[in-house]
Amino acid sequence: MLEWRWEFVWEVLPRLIEATGNTLLAAGGGYAIAVVLGLVLALAQRTPYRGLTFVVREFVEFIRSTPLLLQIFFIFFVGPQFGIRLSPWTSGMIAIGLHYACYLSEVYRGGIDSVARGQWEAATALNMTAFQTYRRVIIPQAIPPAISGLGNYLVGIFKDTPMLSVIGVTELIHTANAIGSEHYRFFEPYTLVGLIFLAISLPAAGLIRLFEGYVRRKMGL
Amino acid sequence: METLSDFPLELTGDATPMVRFRKVRKAYGALTVLDDLDLDVAEGEMVSIIGPSGSGKTTVLRMLMTLEQINGGCIYVDGQPLTHMPKNGRLVPASARHLRARRCDIGMCFQHFNLFPHMTALENCMEGPVHVLGMPKAEARDRSEELLELVGMIGKKDQHPSRLSGGQQQRVAIARALAMRPKVMLFDEVTSALDPEVIGEVTNVIRGLVSEHKLTMLMVTHQMGFARDISDRVCFFYGGKIEEQGPPSQLFGNPQKDRTQQFLSAVREAV
Amino acid sequence: MSFTEFLLQYWPRLLSGTGITVAQFLLAAVLGIAISLVMGLMKLSENRLMRGTAITYIEFFRGTSLLVQLYWIFFVLPLFGITVEKFTAGYLAVGMNIGAYGAELVRGGILSVPKGQWEAALALNMSPAQRMRRIILPQALVNMLPPWGNLMIELLKGTALVSLISVTDLMFEARQINNTTFLSAQIFGTALIIYYILARFMVTPFMRWLERHMSRKMGRS
Repeated sequence: MLEWRWEFVWEVLPRLIEATGNTLLAAGGGYAIAVVLGLVLALAQRTPYRGLTFVVREFVEFIRSTPLLLQIFFIFFVGPQFGIRLSPWTSGMIAIGLHYACYLSEVYRGGIDSVARGQWEAATALNMTAFQTYRRVIIPQAIPPAISGLGNYLVGIFKDTPMLSVIGVTELIHTANAIGSEHYRFFEPYTLVGLIFLAISLPAAGLIRLFEGYVRRKMGL
Repeated sequence: METLSDFPLELTGDATPMVRFRKVRKAYGALTVLDDLDLDVAEGEMVSIIGPSGSGKTTVLRMLMTLEQINGGCIYVDGQPLTHMPKNGRLVPASARHLRARRCDIGMCFQHFNLFPHMTALENCMEGPVHVLGMPKAEARDRSEELLELVGMIGKKDQHPSRLSGGQQQRVAIARALAMRPKVMLFDEVTSALDPEVIGEVTNVIRGLVSEHKLTMLMVTHQMGFARDISDRVCFFYGGKIEEQGPPSQLFGNPQKDRTQQFLSAVREAV
Repeated sequence: MSFTEFLLQYWPRLLSGTGITVAQFLLAAVLGIAISLVMGLMKLSENRLMRGTAITYIEFFRGTSLLVQLYWIFFVLPLFGITVEKFTAGYLAVGMNIGAYGAELVRGGILSVPKGQWEAALALNMSPAQRMRRIILPQALVNMLPPWGNLMIELLKGTALVSLISVTDLMFEARQINNTTFLSAQIFGTALIIYYILARFMVTPFMRWLERHMSRKMGRS
């Protein structure tokens, strides 16, 4: 039986903590892109221009149906093939941002669809423009039902960051691999990585639920 | 529910009622829905339960069907305790096994039919006999077809519930409950979810049951005329207690209590 | 070389990679479905030990990332004497991961069966096992099929990660070909298209067919 070596743990923990910071940064950056881009994609599927709607819809389906890992490789390697060099960080965040934007667009669409018919009609009766309708009536009502979905994908992104290790981003798994290769011990590093993930994702899920409740109350819903 | 030491372990004698509620209490948290209820139903008797909503009428049926647990007192069916079982000379709360054994004497039809959507009408009726009573399929089929014939649904025996109207579904539900040959049949507002023009289908079936079979029945209903026609006794519930009870001619024709009169006149006005 | 030449040269490897991917998918799917049923039912149990075990399993596998789980099974378990060969480690990890998500779907499906069905089954004096098997589960199954469709796509995408422990699936072959030719756009693009075809034109249609078939069996539509 392998024994757990505490001295080793204390030795490598600082490096892992630093890598956690990198991971959170990568997750946060990707998420920021996804939140904005996702809304754009959701709205783009609701325009009266059938061609645009179709193209966006197919694109979103394509991204959602194919592995993120492959998309990461694509963005990282295809750039240089045509002369554009992207750093691992940049390509990683673009890939994650794009991939999750497609998921979030579905969450937004669900939220928008859940707003009652009558709201649109009332806005028209008040002679509001489409932009005003969305901004002042629809989107505020679409957000609360969307929060749990939005929050869950944030946790999801965090858990997908290990994929960036394959293109050299120094996040948690990458660092754990490095430590493991240097010291010929994988047991503690991998276990610690697993525990760190749990320690972040479980409370995060709880916080998201709390936040959803807060937003609902604040909006009087 | 607690251990009862001053309740009989079984009821004996010629005049033993088929159903006995003794000092039954039911509360949801701080809200007492039934308070010290005593109710006897004789074998073959048809009892209608009427009253305003929240008076506890449906709870009476649900407790008898063991869908709800009681908080005090005891219910007996056919002389044997239902909610409790004898142990060391006293009555203790019934185990799951005891409940399963006693439950076979009781059948129920629901307001929303609750037919199994993934089975045809015939399969719905056969389900209980085959899988619970262990009856051979052929025998169960015969019995089910007989009962579907009785309720007038034999022509639709191979249809799924989604293809049947409310009245048709309720009739199948009655056949399904009867297939288990219960001693006591419970009808919980079985016409309340039906369009007015099909209520007759269902009430006629129940009418037929009353006149031709010696089943003991309890019915919660808002159909006053129907209750008056077929019941042996009517109980008016108010605030978790029986406010007044008696033969329909007496209760409907000459109600004694104020609340009964108020309720009946309000119902008449609504019609 | 042109794209056609590229395809002509590399199609055998792409085909064999796809075969491995499909194999991983099917094996992980079977495992995942089995685990989902067991854990979903356990989580609904009145027994605290069963519920606790299910909750622990679900939270653990949902809270840590698939990649970490994969590495753990392949690299750390051998240190405890449990050596799993990489093909097995692959579908084990993916299956166990999907099982945790599927358990919630099973649970949701069962809870979505109207209360009246439980009561009707009780009124017929069915035992809890009979009730679950003959009445509740068949109805729950139909209700949970749509989200299962999405989960199956996630499973397909998850299999791409097994390439990181050198299982020679489509992702692995794609990387190898990229390493030697650097025709990134062609190879990764083709791989993306293959995954897309698998997802959109095989998995999704099958799940839709299954939904229609089960609905018919339930007497709907």
